[in-house]
Amino acid sequence: MIPPRTDPATTSAARSDPALPALRVRNLRVAFGDPDTPPAVDGVSFDVAPGECLAIVGESGSGKSVTARSLLGLTGPGARLSADDLSLAGESVLGLSEAAWRRRRGRDVGLVLQDALASLDPLRPIVREIGDSLRLHTRQSGTERTARVLEILESVGLPDAHRYAGRRSGELSGGQRQRALIAAALALDPPLLVADEPTTALDVTVQAQVLRLLEQVRDRGTAIVLISHDLAVVSRIADRIAVMHDGRIVETGPAAQVLQNPRHAETRRMLAAVPVDKPRGSRLAPADGTAPATIVLSARTPTDAHPAVPALEATGLVKTFTGPHGTRHRAVHDVSFRLEQGSTLGIVGESGSGKTTTARLVLALTAADAGEVRLLGQPWSSLAEAGRRERRPLIGAVYQDVLASFDPRLSVREILGHAITGPGTPAAPGEGRGARRARQASRTRVLLDEVGLVPGILDKRPTDLSGGQRQRVGIARALASRPRILICDEPVSALDVSVQAQVLDLLDEVQREHDLSVLFISHDLGVIQHVSDRVAVMHEGRVVETGPAEQVFAAPRNAYTQALLGAVPRLQ
Amino acid sequence: MSELEIQASATGRSPGGPSGRVGRLRIGRLRVTVVELAAVLVALLLLTAAVAPRLLAPGDPLAIDPLAAFGAPSWAHWFGTDESGRDIYTRVIDGAGDSLLIGLTATVIGLVLGAVLGTVAGTLGAAVDFTVNRFLEVLFAFPGLLLALLFILVFGPGPGSAIVAVGLSTAPGYARIIRAQLLRVRSAAFVEAATVQGLGRRRILTRHILPNTLAPLLVLGTLGVGQAIVWAAALSYLGLGAQPPAAEWGAMLSAGRTYITSSWWMSFFPGLFIVLTAVCATALGRAIEKRMRHA
Repeated sequence: MIPPRTDPATTSAARSDPALPALRVRNLRVAFGDPDTPPAVDGVSFDVAPGECLAIVGESGSGKSVTARSLLGLTGPGARLSADDLSLAGESVLGLSEAAWRRRRGRDVGLVLQDALASLDPLRPIVREIGDSLRLHTRQSGTERTARVLEILESVGLPDAHRYAGRRSGELSGGQRQRALIAAALALDPPLLVADEPTTALDVTVQAQVLRLLEQVRDRGTAIVLISHDLAVVSRIADRIAVMHDGRIVETGPAAQVLQNPRHAETRRMLAAVPVDKPRGSRLAPADGTAPATIVLSARTPTDAHPAVPALEATGLVKTFTGPHGTRHRAVHDVSFRLEQGSTLGIVGESGSGKTTTARLVLALTAADAGEVRLLGQPWSSLAEAGRRERRPLIGAVYQDVLASFDPRLSVREILGHAITGPGTPAAPGEGRGARRARQASRTRVLLDEVGLVPGILDKRPTDLSGGQRQRVGIARALASRPRILICDEPVSALDVSVQAQVLDLLDEVQREHDLSVLFISHDLGVIQHVSDRVAVMHEGRVVETGPAEQVFAAPRNAYTQALLGAVPRLQ
Repeated sequence: MSELEIQASATGRSPGGPSGRVGRLRIGRLRVTVVELAAVLVALLLLTAAVAPRLLAPGDPLAIDPLAAFGAPSWAHWFGTDESGRDIYTRVIDGAGDSLLIGLTATVIGLVLGAVLGTVAGTLGAAVDFTVNRFLEVLFAFPGLLLALLFILVFGPGPGSAIVAVGLSTAPGYARIIRAQLLRVRSAAFVEAATVQGLGRRRILTRHILPNTLAPLLVLGTLGVGQAIVWAAALSYLGLGAQPPAAEWGAMLSAGRTYITSSWWMSFFPGLFIVLTAVCATALGRAIEKRMRHA
């Protein structure tokens, strides 16, 4: 599928010498800011051979992206970089000038970034974006360039490349865009490719395709440095894995060894945090920061304890949006489901499958064109907003972009305080301002305790908190009105795997504690498998399969579900 | 140069590490640039001049001394004297009160009008929004100063009408910004989150939407004061605002125009103070804006 390397102009002498590593890094240090702040990268060493894929994994802030950027001289003007050796194919690139780097980027080392939409110029067709590096580094004519771009586009799996070549990045789907970005990085056939979280924003099926593409690139003899926070993703293609923590490589070795016999606590912690194939109710993160033993908490007693009346019942939901040119788009088409009291229903699907619209319909933030949602056996979606308002405290919501869901002017104390004295918790008769404030303060403490936060954060604003802390505040706010039902729309998608593990554990705890019914929406099948009692799989606005989680994951009946499950990255 | 310094500190990571921190100071826990510090000092000086002019210039701004007329800047008269021998330094300091008052009041009028129009357009439905928008577009079709001139033409010249005129002509801009901000805030995720919590429409409006819409007004207002002072001075210069011999900067500038070839100081110093005030207000506005964004 991918043509062999033929262009002599871009084949460096070093490539023919297999003894030389494509990349050698010895004792790399990168620091920013004041001399007394600890370096972002501290004494990192590794080699990558031609045709080998090294995965560097770690949480945000572990220094993995800074490491990747130093391989292209992209650490920025404020960085202080030093190393005993940093060489590409045997040539040292330490202390290169910006102009010298510019000559090497694209030719000797290519870069693939996470955010393809932001990385491609929205106003230029991709054929010109990809052709840029050819224009700068070769003497090819315009026709030759276009031919080469088409060839490379086909090789990254965009058949009928001429159809895509003239489009701009906004006119491509997420997967096509990521392929175009990889094509741009491969245009000059560099011996080393650095990929920084290349699949993080993508749906699982697209992710699987992109990983397969990278695999082909590697098998063709290109060395790859793959940066990711997700061990399950890299386990698919990495030959070796280096685990980074606080700027250092804490463990490195062949992929199978690192995944099966992790030696460092950080590696074990990251492995434990991967939710896929972990049974419902088992903890993903240790309470004390060490690697957890797999503790299966006492099985919950769903359904039977609660008779007939479901917490939520949706029947025949339809929602159609009208586009700018009168085009009609069916976001949700005849969706029905039941959420039994005390259980978790996982709704899973890829982007555009109608998950979020379903969540908005259930929250009654948009009116359905047809169909009804009933709450605890009572009318809900058919009520007027004024009538619904007094029942709203029964439902708590946890959002993906939790930061945007907080009023930017408010501190954590005010956010929780408003939620506590909000509707559903009416003031006791004769309660004065002081009494109300005391009630607010004591309830705030209880809520904070419940979500594992310390009172010290009360006077901070959400912008000053970490992603995990923000989501904990979000959960505390959702619990403030003592809801019966929790709607979680992609609550962990923006989080690192280890933070995701903590938040998933927390959601599980509060669900047990308060006997909540949870509607959990996610694109991540691993997460859904871990949290759900029952699963509904959505595709193009319809529920294509529904059933108990074990059944759907073990023996999917629908073809789309099967394809989706086949694409899930598993620890291999 | 000053612009560069503000930018360097605004990007946070200035090139070249510690050596790149030229123009940054630390006072206690507050980090300020030299420009911001200078702006605060000038603002304090101007405020003192406005509130207690005698503290800085003990003389009488209207005292005539024909023998000292057209005096160049000297130790006795720092900024020189005008055609009647009045001390220009005393008059410039004395004029700070009027000029600042005009600038501030006009800005407040503009902001309040703009806020009302913008809020009405943004909250009272499509029909009102349409009407207000078309009205604003008509106002936008006139250059701001022309609008002010029209108003004065109708209501007669004087400091009072100059204030209202400048306020009126700045209102459409504010209204536009506030309406856009209101629409943005209204569809924000945190407003939706408040709906989910079960808050009523009125409480969402007063607790979340309005505060977040009006907060940027502080910055806009500070930036606007500089512009309002220049416009008010322009009106006085045209003889439509404060009238001579009142010690108002625009009027003084106008009076000095006749003698600009022989006695440059008569128009230079009032002009300098107009520029100083406008620059200082803008620098303060930018400083507040920067800090609000980080808060």
